Amino acid sequence: MTENTPAKPVDAAKIREILARNDTARLRMWLKACTSCGLCSESCFFYLTNEKKPEFMPQYKVRQTLGEILRHKGEVSREFMEEAKEIAWGRCTMCRRCSQYCPFGIDIAVMIHIARQCLRSQDVCPERLMNIDQSYLDTGNQMNMSDEDFIETCEWMAEEGQETIKGLEIPIDREDCELMFIVNAREPKYYPQDIQMAAQVFAVAGETWTMPGHGWEATNLSMFSGNLAVAAKVAQNVYDAATRLKAKKICVTECGHAYRAAKYEGPYWTKQPGGLPPVPVTHAVAVYHDYVKSGRIKLKHRFEEPITYQDPCNLSRSGDLAGKGLELLRMIATDVRPMSPNAEYGHCCCGGGGFIPMGPDYKKRRMVAGKFKADQIRATGAKYVLVPCHNCTDQIGDLNKEYDLGIKIVSFKEVLCELMEIPPHLIVDGEAE
Amino acid sequence: MYAFVNGPFLWIAFCVFIAGSLWQIAALLIRSRRTDRVFYDHADAGAAAASVFVWLVPFASRGWREHPGTTAITFVFHVCLIALPLFALGHTVTLDYSFGLGWPNLPDSLVDALTLVFLAAAAALLVRRMVLPQVRIVTGPADYLLWAVTVLPFLSSYLAANELLLPPDTMLLIHVLAGGVMLICLPFTRLAHAFLFFFTRSFIGSEFARRGTKTW
Repeated sequence: MTENTPAKPVDAAKIREILARNDTARLRMWLKACTSCGLCSESCFFYLTNEKKPEFMPQYKVRQTLGEILRHKGEVSREFMEEAKEIAWGRCTMCRRCSQYCPFGIDIAVMIHIARQCLRSQDVCPERLMNIDQSYLDTGNQMNMSDEDFIETCEWMAEEGQETIKGLEIPIDREDCELMFIVNAREPKYYPQDIQMAAQVFAVAGETWTMPGHGWEATNLSMFSGNLAVAAKVAQNVYDAATRLKAKKICVTECGHAYRAAKYEGPYWTKQPGGLPPVPVTHAVAVYHDYVKSGRIKLKHRFEEPITYQDPCNLSRSGDLAGKGLELLRMIATDVRPMSPNAEYGHCCCGGGGFIPMGPDYKKRRMVAGKFKADQIRATGAKYVLVPCHNCTDQIGDLNKEYDLGIKIVSFKEVLCELMEIPPHLIVDGEAE
Repeated sequence: MYAFVNGPFLWIAFCVFIAGSLWQIAALLIRSRRTDRVFYDHADAGAAAASVFVWLVPFASRGWREHPGTTAITFVFHVCLIALPLFALGHTVTLDYSFGLGWPNLPDSLVDALTLVFLAAAAALLVRRMVLPQVRIVTGPADYLLWAVTVLPFLSSYLAANELLLPPDTMLLIHVLAGGVMLICLPFTRLAHAFLFFFTRSFIGSEFARRGTKTW
């Protein structure tokens, strides 16, 4: 699968099959209605940060990828596909900001997504994304972690967390819970404290929650690789786990694309009736917002350092959490300094669309295009950036080093663990208040 | 020749324009029932209407506001494009004479002035297309051709009314021919954005509304 023999023929029939599957009325309208007015250009941070070179304007990127594939009815060369790959993955994060600026509302990023599907069908795709597809198939998660290792990590984190919260639990496979919490595989793999912190927040809020022993992976990077067969499997894993455990809601960790995949796209890949997930999907941001607003979690004091909020595209634009994210931050912090523009008009940080997992080959472009975000952050004067998304976190971390921003990146659970008042029955014995 | 252009040709042009547009719309709607479930599953009439309306009003959408110059020219261009044919005396008189349909017309001098405004706006859009690198890169011969198809009816009407370049009768013949060609082209070329606009905007308004987001 990873071996790429140079003379591998192009399977045009397979590309045509993907084109046929995507031959919707809306795509036909988009292709026909576009008047090439160019008003999408300035909506795109790639265009803005690459000296406004016209090759970076959104419509051109679609023309050079999907446009050419359509024009040749799938009969394209390997050379063409290699070039198209550099555009479809290397010059677009599918952030969808351009569709807000198109006078016709053409969903340009969706067309890039179709191009990615065509290319992926020929194994033309950044190597690391293809490896991740395979990892999902082998283990159900992006990091080749076994379910046993995951469960062990949770047990370990629960035990360690009992030093902070009396009787802290990370329940696995408990039935009939309010929330089934799912995480990004990098949490158990590299940042197990993240799970512990979420567990603390749930404990303090008195939540009934669980994590599934299988189907715990929230990410769905196959959405970005364009391998929708795998994307459907990953989404189905989560839905099956929630159905099996009779959970009331699926709660996605502080991760952007995972929410979009499970809530909005997954139902279509897995052909759910009405285009809705079989179990409602919510997000940590919405859940924490509810805890703080309703007083289920009380704060010792509010966060006082100047802090700004990073809107992950898949939460704030392709998801419904733009308002709640900022509102939650305002409830827990005193000196909130929003970026401009922000919320559903926020710019991608260039960590999305698969860019972070695409690895070092694409880092240079990531740093160039990320400059827009770096400048935005600097302009707020904030010392902290609240980032409720793993890919944004990695990217803003890299931008911090590259552009010397001198900022600290925090997540909601991190800040809540610092600030929340622990109710008496959860205070560890012998710990003086 | 004159009789043919003003008779059968115009009839054909209008028939192609109306039937062609209806056919295009019907084909898309029928196809959408099968291929665009995502729209029907979450159709949001309010958001769809807002998404259309806000982009029909100058400077009402964020996208229009961030490009004030282009927005002004675009609206002037389109308002004239629609209003002039509807309210020019030559047209209302013909309608009244042929079908007994009548509505008020704009005074000739105003029509003349607005035609010049239209031509200026069209020229500005053409220059913009040629000068801005991000527009030029996505422009091809078809775009220039369609620009000419759209501008010629107006240019010829101005020249005919002011008895310039060619004898007015010949110019009028060109005017009618050019207008007919534009009507015939509309359903089958990018000019179809005239009606597709309402459908694409409705879709995106609804699609983003299900995500709690706006596109204006």
